Amino acid sequence: MDFQVVVLAGGTSKKLVPLVSKEVPKALLPVANRPVLSYVLELLEQSNLKDLIVVVEGEDAALRVGGWISGAYVDRLHVEVAAVPEGVGTADALRAIARHLTANDILVVSGDLVCDVPPGAVAAAHRRHDAVVTSMLCSTPVSGSSDSGSSGGKDKAKKSGRCNIIGLDPTKQFLLHIATAAEVEKDIRLQKSILRAVGQMEIRADLMDAHLYAFNRSALQAVLDQKETFQSLKQDVLPYLVRSQLRSELLLNGAQAEENGNEKVASQNNKVMPSQLLANASTPSFHELYALGADGSAPVPRKTHKCCAYIASKSKYCARLNSIQAFNDINRDVTGEASHLSGYSFSAQNNIIHPSAVLGSKTTVGPQCMLGEGSQMGDKCSVKRSVIGRHCRIGSNVKVVNSVVMNHVTIGDGCSIQGSVICSNVQLQERVVLKDCQVGAGYVVTACSECRGESLARKEKIQSQ
Amino acid sequence: STALSPQQPLRCLFQSSPSFLHLRTNNSFNGRKRTFTKNLAIEFKQLPMDPPRRTSRVIDPKVRQVGFFTPRASPPDRTRSFPPASSSPPVSNMSPSGNSLSPVMIPPPRHASDNLLSFSALQSSSRAVGAPIPTSTLRRPSTDNLAVGSYNPSESLLGTSPVLSPSSNIVNGEFSEDSVNWIRRSNSGKFASSLPSGGFNLTVVASVAKKGRGISEKGGGTVVEVANDLQATSKPLKEKMTKSERRALQESQRAAKAAAKGGASAHEQLGKTLKQSSQKKGGPQVTSSIAASEKKGGDRPPEKDRKKDVPPPRMQFDDKSRVEKAKRRAVVKQTEARNRVELLRHLPQYEHGTQLPDLESKFFELDPMHPAVYKVGIQYLAGDIHGGNARCIAMLQAFQEAIKDYSTPPEKTLARDLTAKINSFVSFLIACRPLSISMGNAIRFLKARIVKLSLTLSESEAKVSLCSDIDCFINEKIVVADKVIVRHAVTKIMDGDVLLTYGSSSVVQMILLHAHELGKNFRVVVVDSRPKLEGQALLRRLVGKGLSCTYTHVNAVSYIMPEVTRVFLGAASVLSNGTVYSRVGTACVAMVAHAFHVPVLICCEAYKFHERVQLDSICSNELGDPYAISKVSGRMDVNYLDNWANKENLQLLNLLYDVTPSDYISMIITDYGMVPPTSVPVIVREYGKEHLLI
Repeated sequence: MDFQVVVLAGGTSKKLVPLVSKEVPKALLPVANRPVLSYVLELLEQSNLKDLIVVVEGEDAALRVGGWISGAYVDRLHVEVAAVPEGVGTADALRAIARHLTANDILVVSGDLVCDVPPGAVAAAHRRHDAVVTSMLCSTPVSGSSDSGSSGGKDKAKKSGRCNIIGLDPTKQFLLHIATAAEVEKDIRLQKSILRAVGQMEIRADLMDAHLYAFNRSALQAVLDQKETFQSLKQDVLPYLVRSQLRSELLLNGAQAEENGNEKVASQNNKVMPSQLLANASTPSFHELYALGADGSAPVPRKTHKCCAYIASKSKYCARLNSIQAFNDINRDVTGEASHLSGYSFSAQNNIIHPSAVLGSKTTVGPQCMLGEGSQMGDKCSVKRSVIGRHCRIGSNVKVVNSVVMNHVTIGDGCSIQGSVICSNVQLQERVVLKDCQVGAGYVVTACSECRGESLARKEKIQSQ
Repeated sequence: STALSPQQPLRCLFQSSPSFLHLRTNNSFNGRKRTFTKNLAIEFKQLPMDPPRRTSRVIDPKVRQVGFFTPRASPPDRTRSFPPASSSPPVSNMSPSGNSLSPVMIPPPRHASDNLLSFSALQSSSRAVGAPIPTSTLRRPSTDNLAVGSYNPSESLLGTSPVLSPSSNIVNGEFSEDSVNWIRRSNSGKFASSLPSGGFNLTVVASVAKKGRGISEKGGGTVVEVANDLQATSKPLKEKMTKSERRALQESQRAAKAAAKGGASAHEQLGKTLKQSSQKKGGPQVTSSIAASEKKGGDRPPEKDRKKDVPPPRMQFDDKSRVEKAKRRAVVKQTEARNRVELLRHLPQYEHGTQLPDLESKFFELDPMHPAVYKVGIQYLAGDIHGGNARCIAMLQAFQEAIKDYSTPPEKTLARDLTAKINSFVSFLIACRPLSISMGNAIRFLKARIVKLSLTLSESEAKVSLCSDIDCFINEKIVVADKVIVRHAVTKIMDGDVLLTYGSSSVVQMILLHAHELGKNFRVVVVDSRPKLEGQALLRRLVGKGLSCTYTHVNAVSYIMPEVTRVFLGAASVLSNGTVYSRVGTACVAMVAHAFHVPVLICCEAYKFHERVQLDSICSNELGDPYAISKVSGRMDVNYLDNWANKENLQLLNLLYDVTPSDYISMIITDYGMVPPTSVPVIVREYGKEHLLI
């Protein structure tokens, strides 16, 4: 179908600090005991997209991600892993691999996306309108639902304060305005020209940019070449394209202009007629109407381009792993409401317990839980809505609720863990009580300590980051 | 002798007058009916008050019941509104024509059965032209004593040309079966139920009528009996004769066939004749003359040959097993709409809104589909492209792209593999939206070109040649054809004209704009209709160019028509009986124009002509989104039908096309010149092959 796929897997994101480390870049963070990147790769594989370019920040991270991919998808996918320097934006990442891009359209997917919206739908919407960019929007997930307590509420409050503002045309197919949460202050500035051309704009605050874009390659490259200051796709390129859709600058010297030029070169009368027939027969979008001028008689058609939006239906799951809260939420959802994403088959109790896991007497593992390979649990433990990784050793009388425990974690007797994330190789000594904490890899929590909403990590790690 | 009872409305007589004309023209002469026609003629003279109507063959807008009935509804329910069908008296209520004519023949009060005689003869004759039939219940067993032949005239839409023959029974299986059943039930007793084709056995009827008449002039009350007896005796006699004759003839033919072709075919023949006779068993034979049967015998072999050429019939979507099969094959998952209109169940109708997301999500999974074809398909599905020419051009251009990117796989020949590929594209496009006839013709052309490629050509040469062929087709058959049509049509536009057009036709738009450029001074009336409101786009372009326009909806067409001097209409297709297949509502506009004596000019490129004959808009049509008609855009308060889609007794019908009978059409403007609708078959015959050749 003439699409190329670029997966932007990121590096070691600062937002996820105690969780990610040199050893575990963001792309390899486990979601239901699988690296988060695998969700994207499998989504693409399902859509028959098997030639991928994965862009990773940092050489080390690239090596690790590449190693994992080649191990896991050795004969299923054809993946090229490209490394870009750390700290570059998404736009720069694309600039770096620009010479690899040859197809007509490019699908850019964020590596931290966990969703079941077929990317084909975005691509189809993109093709249908011949758009320059099509962005997938999904409804903002309600973070910290159920009983994750106060922290969830806090986050919600925080989020409702700053949300994306997205303007759509009445048919909900075109993007008219986009402002990311960071930019939104008290006022929203809208362009009069767009508003005048469309006549009606729907402004939504309940939509989230899923970081799944279809770009027209030539247009994208033109933007990247012309605007060297652009750092990020979401914050610079997309708003720019949306802003300039009725006075398109890029198409004047982009490759699309070539196409236009070609048409004009070959514009004998007879060539124009069919295209005119086609144009008359198709329902014109406001772009075409605007291009022709108010009364259909603009002397020179104005250059426009289309920015489309694909709005995922509410029944689809779509979330991005871009914060610790999101990490918790996604882990919970993948074992819970979006269980089809995990790829595991659930037992009758609606949980997954690896056959090699050992449970002590009177230990209960509730629904929506996951217990990894080779983990051992002592007596009288209780696990609710949590994911426990491989080869963990958990003592007796331990309570794990709403938490994620990664691999090779040792938990002493009598611990209570609530709403926390415990990274690999952590040791929790006896009777530790953790609530809403993140424990970085390799950390040792001393016995009887009680923490609330803290981020625990080895000092030198944090400094090195 | 022809006392016209004053209480009979004159209008009723008029309704039967076309049938009378038809009778005279079509039937072999026959004494009894002749007197009968004489009677009619007399009446006719008595009624000179509506001259325009007398002259035309088909006058009245024919009312047809569209099948808003369901099989679920029990028959008693349906017939409840009518008096229970008893013997003869209620019959006269049923048909206005019979009612009106009966007093002429014999005074009604005295002889019910005689009344029935004349009435039923008339009835069937009038029905043969598809005169208005009050209810669909006419076809029901409960009204057995109404005479209808195997020909089911109520199905002929809007007064299609009266020369229908029973074999042109176009109705789908359900219907014909229905009518056959019915005929069987309405068995032998009804002598006049024998008029399947409009070929009436006139001698018998006429003579009886004559005699009956003579006697009744004498004033005997027993006349009726006599007449009936006569009728009864003469009829079987004749039948027997013809049957035996025909049998003998068939026997001889069969022998000849058997000698020629061997046992198997003979057997088949036998089966066929058996089938034929069984089909006709219901009503007594009418096409009695030897000549007729001979003709039939002669016709058969070519028919057989033709069968091979005829493409497989369109999928009938009321055939459950086949639909299931097709579903399994289908690329696009489609949910069949519920509550479809009974009469149109054979057409595909899916839940709108489910197809597009599904197809979109499969974007990358449809491996063999070329992106260009996919794009066109999705645009069809979403309704981004509409209009015959545009769809055809879009499709051809997509195929061109696909051919450019095509490379023959090893160990395959280009001609075969590419044909298969095109076939898969076409079936994908059909899944998105049923093909238009113009597209079908274009596909036929392309396939013919692929097959005719010489084997010596290299792959790249072949591709170049095909691409240029497609360009050529677009250019010659659409672009240049449009120019020729425009050139012809502007000669018909005079200063001061008021031109009416319906919907949005690309050719008509070009004509109007060109005429405007030539400086002609005219006014345009754009008639539009819900739910598509395509006319607004046309209006916008016309007004933008400075034409003076009037915009109205089809509801007001009768008001606006008197000031119109010409009607220009586009067409999706012109069929070989001169019928125009076009956007729904066209027939209505044409009919109104005809009634006001406004010439109706159809502008249609010759590549859209089709050899098919279609008499109604039922057997081949397209269903649109039914919810489009239940909603009124921009009126939130008109929401009476919201959430009513699942009501069992509500069926929404959004037909996309209708057929305009050739009677309403003054002229068809094509790239071969301006022709009357009767010349369409000539163009199809003479130039049809040319489409495939260029």
